[in-house]
Amino acid sequence: MGRYVARRLLQMIPVFLGTTLLIFLMVHSLPGDPVLAMFGDKGADPATIAAKRHELGLDKPEWQQYLLYMRDMLLHADFGTQIRNGLPVTEVLGDAFPITLQLAALAFAIELIFGIGLGIIGGLRAGRMADNMILVFTLLIISIPVFVLGFIIKMVFAFNLGWIKPNVSPVPAWDELIAPAIVLGGLSLAYVARLTRTSMAENLRADYMRTAVAKGLPRRRVIGVHLMRNSMIPVITFLGTDIGALMGGAIVTESIFNIKGVGGVIAESISRREGATLVGLVTILVIVYLVTSLLIDLLYAVLDPRIRYA
Amino acid sequence: MRGAKSAKWVTGAIIVALAATACGGGKDDNAGGAGAVDPNGIFTTDLGEPEKLLYTGDTMESNGAGVMKAVYSNLVGYKADGSLEMLNAESLTTTDSKKWTVKLKAGWTFHDGTPVTSKSYVDAWNWNASLKNAMGLSSWFSDIVGYDKVHPDAEGAKQTAETLAGLKVVDDTTFTIELTQPVPYFGHKLAYTPFAPLAASFYANPKAAAEKPVGNGPYKFKSWDHKKQIEIVRFDAYKGPNKAKNGGVIFKNYTTLETAYEDLKSGNLDVIRQIGPKDLPVYHDDLGDRAVDADHAAIQSIGVAFYAEQWKKPKKVDVRVIQGLSMAIDRATITKTVLQGTREPATGWVPKGILGYQENAAGDVTKYDPAKAKDLIKAGGGVPGNKIFIQFNADGGHKEWVDAVCNSITQATSVACVGDSKTDFQADLTARKEKQVKSLYRSAWSLDYPVNSNFIKDLFHTNAAGNQGDFSVKELDAKIEAADSAASLEQSVKQYQAVEKELVKYMPSIPLWYYKVNAGYSEKVSGVTYGQDGDPILDTVEVKK
Repeated sequence: MGRYVARRLLQMIPVFLGTTLLIFLMVHSLPGDPVLAMFGDKGADPATIAAKRHELGLDKPEWQQYLLYMRDMLLHADFGTQIRNGLPVTEVLGDAFPITLQLAALAFAIELIFGIGLGIIGGLRAGRMADNMILVFTLLIISIPVFVLGFIIKMVFAFNLGWIKPNVSPVPAWDELIAPAIVLGGLSLAYVARLTRTSMAENLRADYMRTAVAKGLPRRRVIGVHLMRNSMIPVITFLGTDIGALMGGAIVTESIFNIKGVGGVIAESISRREGATLVGLVTILVIVYLVTSLLIDLLYAVLDPRIRYA
Repeated sequence: MRGAKSAKWVTGAIIVALAATACGGGKDDNAGGAGAVDPNGIFTTDLGEPEKLLYTGDTMESNGAGVMKAVYSNLVGYKADGSLEMLNAESLTTTDSKKWTVKLKAGWTFHDGTPVTSKSYVDAWNWNASLKNAMGLSSWFSDIVGYDKVHPDAEGAKQTAETLAGLKVVDDTTFTIELTQPVPYFGHKLAYTPFAPLAASFYANPKAAAEKPVGNGPYKFKSWDHKKQIEIVRFDAYKGPNKAKNGGVIFKNYTTLETAYEDLKSGNLDVIRQIGPKDLPVYHDDLGDRAVDADHAAIQSIGVAFYAEQWKKPKKVDVRVIQGLSMAIDRATITKTVLQGTREPATGWVPKGILGYQENAAGDVTKYDPAKAKDLIKAGGGVPGNKIFIQFNADGGHKEWVDAVCNSITQATSVACVGDSKTDFQADLTARKEKQVKSLYRSAWSLDYPVNSNFIKDLFHTNAAGNQGDFSVKELDAKIEAADSAASLEQSVKQYQAVEKELVKYMPSIPLWYYKVNAGYSEKVSGVTYGQDGDPILDTVEVKK
């Protein structure tokens, strides 16, 4: 197992380098010049533009820019500075990540608790009334686009009932984040519920279940340990990848509720050709993905001891 | 019990995550009754994150400018009709529009308590003009003697002087400015941000000062929580005429116009700068007499890329073709329907609120007349290829009106017209810069200073930075230069008015419509008005108790 972990960690290095290089090249191949755009419609003289370009290191060839960038990032944990406002990218990310982390954690908790909860109810009562209702409910959530769901929630709870503020404050309190977290976690919640339900309904008919019941184990133990553990593998896989998605995505949710998180920074950095910011963001997201997927893989063995690592 | 253990792991991880991010937010409660005014009341307004750090010489976009106008007080400001108002200057005199003498009001201080002297101005201008500092607005100093030494234009050139030779400090409250040639409206230019004074502390660490500017204006900069909010408070020692009637302003950052409007409706925001398209049809009903409809001195037009093959080969395009295209656009209907009344059909190249604005300057060319449009295009030899493209950026909400304009042109004249969409503003700018525009492009101009020359010289003079379509007519250049060297401001404005009337003969661009401010405010504030630039005027806002 130690060797397996070490190998996985080593694998991260080429993935990390590859993704950063790809993003770097992609940003640079987008049409449009970030320095030119700083001056907008009214333009600036060539000398000023050249001076600005030099100041930002954009007059060097691309491969040199990439190497310099990687050197600073790896050796000094320096992600560069934003082209327009000259702020260190680490500061920009440091502002955005905690908020998104907060939102993602809440959304994750909601999807975990309600998703698995509904899934268990549905799975144990497969084919019956409760199960059908859960199927209809999840279908409804899956089919409503995020922005519609966000709009409905705002409409009902903020404008009609007045229970919540329509938008989240700049430094959000936990209770303000509940509504956006529901919107953000809603879609995954439906998937989690359906995955759990199906996997449980299937495993209910498995041989080991019959054995466990035949042994005379209490129902609580049969379901809680024997059934749940085996049924959780696909769910955990999904949840693992979802953490990354929750952290990185949420562009729509964040803009609906005016949350100053990672989603907005990504959108803005693309439109402003902020290569350094984008690469920094993506690097961190890649690490989040890599680490969670490693953790998930290790969790498999906890859930199903038959799985071995070579 | 391995299953139980794994469950503990997961909850453990969640608790750690929660603890790590539990930074809790302060909520502001705005309690209080209506009626009486609280002179120390603080109100909120929406603002995007300034694109750059707040250098006086580099702040050209509206978000940063909104803050800078409150934190700095220039020598002069201007009134609603475009005429000048003395702020930090006691007087501004010239006899030949070439040599200007500035006298400062005595006793003014920066927010850090240091006095504002003539040196504060001269040093600041020298710093902003210097090529070394690569300030985006440095060309504003190009009228001043010695600019070419401090800031040579050509790529790769080195500056040979540190200071502008045309600036001379006479004493603590007097300095003189010498220009290379007469500029009758130079006084108006002085109201723009790059001409603000800088405190001595600026030069020690410009970057830190741009994070937290120390100004001399009605408001003191308090804090900048990036991408979240900027807070400014009233500067009590302010001596200017525009002393703040409120305690301060919090600029809150919103991702979209819609979210800002929602907060306005639910009382979490006091003044809004612009209503989003979604809410335009309803905001008058929602806000009642708190809804604002005001003039905004900016114009949208369609620029002609005269370098494009379509207009150049086999011979230069006949002006009647462009006149015809202009007359084929039904501005009244498009502004009313597609643009929902947020624009007003243009009748010339200079918008309202600008010194020298004249009604109906373009004459018939901006009137919708399909029959005449067809005749004109035919008389001018037709549109080469019978097809035109209008380039625009897809990220700016322009597609709808470009389509409408195209439809209008095609219906009236049967010239095929297609929107040429570039993914975003950056791509659009690059295409313009590299002269790749196929035939026409969306162009917009908002005032730098409220004199008509700003909408004529800076767009249509052969060497102007804003002239992106390679429009060049020698006689017109000469007339512009003549207007520039007029003896007085009045004379210059008059001459520019004549030039504007003459533009019809050349059609450097097709004027479409003037911008308007569609905005509103909450029940908590009163006295909300909007300036020519479309931004709310902060110092006159009164906050109710």
